[in-house]
Amino acid sequence: MRVVRDLEWQGPVPAGEGEYGEFFAAAAEGRLLIQQCPECGHRQHYPRSICTACGAEPEWMEAAGTGTVYTYTVVRQYGVPSFAELPYVLAMIDLPEGVRMFGGLTGIDPEVVEIGMPVAAYARTYDDTHAMVFWEPS
Amino acid sequence: MPSRHPVICGIGLSDYPVVPHLNSVQHHALAARRAIADCGIAKSAIDGYVSTSGGGPAAGDDAVSMAEYLGVNHRYIDGTMVGGSSFEFHVQHAAAAIREGLCDTVLITYGSDQLTRMGRVLGTGGFQRDAQPVTGAMQMATPYGLPLVGAYALAARRHMHEFGTTSEQLAEIAVGVREFAGLNPDARYRDPITVDDVLNSRMIADPLHKLDCCVITDGGGALVMTTEEIARDLRQPPIYVLGAAGTQTHWNIHQMPDFTEMGAAVCGPAAFAQAGVTPADIDTAQLYDSFTITVMLMLEGLGFCGKGEGGAYVEEGHLRRGGSMPTNTDGGGLSSNHPGMRGIFLLIEAVRQLRGDAGEAQVPDAELALACGSGGWLSAIATVILGKDRPS
Repeated sequence: MRVVRDLEWQGPVPAGEGEYGEFFAAAAEGRLLIQQCPECGHRQHYPRSICTACGAEPEWMEAAGTGTVYTYTVVRQYGVPSFAELPYVLAMIDLPEGVRMFGGLTGIDPEVVEIGMPVAAYARTYDDTHAMVFWEPS
Repeated sequence: MPSRHPVICGIGLSDYPVVPHLNSVQHHALAARRAIADCGIAKSAIDGYVSTSGGGPAAGDDAVSMAEYLGVNHRYIDGTMVGGSSFEFHVQHAAAAIREGLCDTVLITYGSDQLTRMGRVLGTGGFQRDAQPVTGAMQMATPYGLPLVGAYALAARRHMHEFGTTSEQLAEIAVGVREFAGLNPDARYRDPITVDDVLNSRMIADPLHKLDCCVITDGGGALVMTTEEIARDLRQPPIYVLGAAGTQTHWNIHQMPDFTEMGAAVCGPAAFAQAGVTPADIDTAQLYDSFTITVMLMLEGLGFCGKGEGGAYVEEGHLRRGGSMPTNTDGGGLSSNHPGMRGIFLLIEAVRQLRGDAGEAQVPDAELALACGSGGWLSAIATVILGKDRPS
């Protein structure tokens, strides 16, 4: 996954406690991580210390970084100063690995976004070693 | 043996929608005073207290602080906090506690000075106020700038995609609720609106317009629940709790398993089974209308119509005054009041209807009412079925 170095990020950032930190650190290195259970094979996202299906300890696996739009919204009003640049698109993305991921969808006119359209992940750093995952048309 | 069947014997509303002189704790207290006066029970008879933390610990209205403030020496306490539907869960818990004999008489209170304290930005501003690092699962969404309304918009968009639901159909829900608000002198907004008014209101987060969103107000409410036996000596006719069930499918919106199906599809049938009635038996519904899409998903989940048929169902006018399922007869959260967690007002309005005290909005001969609350982001859902008559 492409990594965009953006140290000017002004918005709120993830705290990155526990497994979350590993996810955001891997993203800064261009790897999109999800979790898979070694016991039952269940895959999940967001990362956590337990398999939500069987209760075992999940392991990391790298996702391909592709997906399709499951649903989206175009935010046109939001009274928070960090998000003064409107409108912007937020979407739920279905990954071929079987999990769904939330994120910003950029690089597209908000008026032409469609459910089902193919997208690719990229990472955008918010400090030296951590990045958030965004999506763009592929 | 005296009947321990749980009933709602007292209801109270604090003042709303704009109340600059009351803080959250005072809303709790005013509503409690009115609920106690409503049923005429001795305050000393209250031996159970149930509440949630409306304004957070800083507001001093968490359950233990409020039990002390109100002077309730309880044998039973519950501080369940699952968002706006907390009070439907509270009724479920209090009913079980009363039936089991853990206590006899439970006071449930809520109060919020949200409008006065935080202003109207909250509706589109979500819960994150500034650029502090975000902890927990919300860090997967909040840093991208997800407003509260945006979460519901994700569900509305998917419903449109799968079932062809239109903005006009969602707007119909807001129009019907506004008609009832016109009958409520205290409602925040009372002037009639049309479907075009909703569609022409500002788009906040596609596909939800400003008039698809609930109002922001101050307010509070209280319920007194007791046994059928104790209620016999009180001022108001008892309203019977016939069914109460809850469930949670997720908390954060990004974990919702199916964006077109909420937990009402689980707790609705469970509550109907307890009550031994069907959706067709219900005379009036009080459905959590944080946003128009919330009501549509609830109608489908509860079985008032089939999945995906919510659009056609509301278009037929069932929710309107005089329709087959008059809904949100106090003007709802879309037009009357929404101080942050609206669940208690659904129950209070259901009781008013069953007592025949709903004034101009009265549904003729209402015998069965349903209240369904949604907490979080379509996350924690509970259904309560109330009846005017003793269950057979």
